[in-house]
Amino acid sequence: MNPDLVRFSPGAYLAPVVDWLNTNFHPFFDAVTKLIEAVLSAIEATLLYPPPYATIVGAVLLAAFFVSVRVSVVTAIALTFCLLAGFWTASMQTLALVTVAVIISVSIAFPLGILASRYKKFEAGIRPVLDIMQTVPPWVYLIPAVMIFSLGRVPAIIATIVYGIPPMLRLTTLAFNQVPKDLMELGHATGTSPRSILFKIEIPSATPTLLVGLNQCILLSLAMVVLAGLVGAGGLGAEVTRGLTRMEMGLGLRAGLSIVALAIFLDRLSRGALERGRSPAR
Amino acid sequence: MNTAMNDSNEVLIDCQSVWKIFGGRAQAAVKAITERGLSKTQVLQDFDCVVGVSDASLQVRRGEIFCIMGLSGSGKSTLIRLLNRLIEPSLGKITVKGKEIARLNATELRDMRARNIGMVFQSVALLPHRTVLENAAFGLEAQGVAKEERHRIARAALEKVGLADWTSRYPRELSGGMQQRVGLARAIAADPEIILMDEPFSALDPLIRRQLQDEFRQLTKSLGKSAVFITHDLEEAIRIGDRIAIMKDGVIVQVGTAEEIVTKPADDYVSDFVAGISRIHLVKAHSVMRPVAEFRNSQPNCDVNALLRASPEADIGELIDLTTQSDRDAVAVVENGTVVGVVTIRGLLRGVAGKPAG
Repeated sequence: MNPDLVRFSPGAYLAPVVDWLNTNFHPFFDAVTKLIEAVLSAIEATLLYPPPYATIVGAVLLAAFFVSVRVSVVTAIALTFCLLAGFWTASMQTLALVTVAVIISVSIAFPLGILASRYKKFEAGIRPVLDIMQTVPPWVYLIPAVMIFSLGRVPAIIATIVYGIPPMLRLTTLAFNQVPKDLMELGHATGTSPRSILFKIEIPSATPTLLVGLNQCILLSLAMVVLAGLVGAGGLGAEVTRGLTRMEMGLGLRAGLSIVALAIFLDRLSRGALERGRSPAR
Repeated sequence: MNTAMNDSNEVLIDCQSVWKIFGGRAQAAVKAITERGLSKTQVLQDFDCVVGVSDASLQVRRGEIFCIMGLSGSGKSTLIRLLNRLIEPSLGKITVKGKEIARLNATELRDMRARNIGMVFQSVALLPHRTVLENAAFGLEAQGVAKEERHRIARAALEKVGLADWTSRYPRELSGGMQQRVGLARAIAADPEIILMDEPFSALDPLIRRQLQDEFRQLTKSLGKSAVFITHDLEEAIRIGDRIAIMKDGVIVQVGTAEEIVTKPADDYVSDFVAGISRIHLVKAHSVMRPVAEFRNSQPNCDVNALLRASPEADIGELIDLTTQSDRDAVAVVENGTVVGVVTIRGLLRGVAGKPAG
């Protein structure tokens, strides 16, 4: 048999599916696009409405009050850097993108992660899917996302969500598997309802690991949002892309460092919350 | 309290020929056991199933502390979890307060666990993110008691176990013994009739353990609760239990009072266990005394009525005290004003050595 004839070409099967989705579910995708756009614009507008200094001061105060003084210092440095690099608007756009992507990723990954910890077969079934989601180069699923949602911020968000779900889902499953057996037994032996067991025993016990998952989800989403600049998502990613296409070293570097500043800010913020989650408030 | 006294023979928990078999082919193994009477080793060989509890029958009466003693792997922890259906039995019938628990639906079972059966764990199982008070109130929370009310009850329960000053602390700030007291307070705050104690004191150091054993017994009796108490320590079982069941390889080998088990061990396994147990506070006058006539025959010049007196329930320790105070070598056992027997020094020695009725 000629090996050239047995080539496997998934695109040949997937492309019609995408086309079919596009023709038959267009109103649905349109509605999704409008919803995401609306939420994104609202967050962006909120972040950009006050003058940058006011936003920075507000963020620093919130960080000092809810997390720690150290985190508030990092917040001040990172956000000021973004401002001085001349990318305030772009940074806030990226922040809005990450926020929306993370919220959606978490609200998909969290329930599925719980299901995976409850049903081993479900976990076994979902594991290869997660592997694919994490290892396929992100550009690859930008293609169908653009085909369905056209260029702009929405396909970027969709691709980011696909990338952000696996770490959150895996760590949610781990967190729920790690809930001490004796606490579960306590729940059952006291006649606590499954709902109360979830909210009063499982989630509190799982919180530290869940926050690690959230932290990973945020950082991976940020990395992806930058790539999404390629499909016209705006923000810092667009600046990096512009730097690359024009071969402008200075522009690329400034945008890149702003991304680093944003990453450090988001990482310290979520990690600070994690540390507070570990030691119960007095 | 009064009703508890009146119904002291009422059976609260009744287990009849209960089996628990772990493994993928448990149902087939159950069938083989009922139809062909397979032994434990045969079940393991033929079905690759482990027999956790084998044909266990026991009754726990109201107001009684029932100890189940066995080494690790004897099935005692499985047995106690069958009583509140944390583990489903493979075969047999378990009745709690007249209700067959295997027939309860999920809501009824939760209600039964919340109101009638409390449980205390070896690992204590306190929620680390809650204060001592909130932990003690957890059982009441499951019952749907309003916050202020359950905190009031939990505070009272913590007072009973001597932790009134620790209510706003977190579990990790407490020592092991104190944590277990919180576990006990949590169980009694829910006011169940039955408390299941799963090796609660095993992880504690000996001094604290003895203290908690005494407190537990006193508390349970004063509240009129019934308890099933799991332990691997026969001395603990004897200190706490009104009756003791000895388990080996999933089988209940013997059920009886501490005295019965020490003086009449059912088999070599039990007698090995009781060999090291001090009889001084276990063996009572009535089981070491000789009939009066026999004593008169052997010592005709000794006046029975001049001897110091003890009740039939006096233990060997008291009898030794009496004998050493007296200038005679015997103590008279008196019931309702009449001398029913005589305990001689020989009888005492037999009792201490564990060979009564000689």
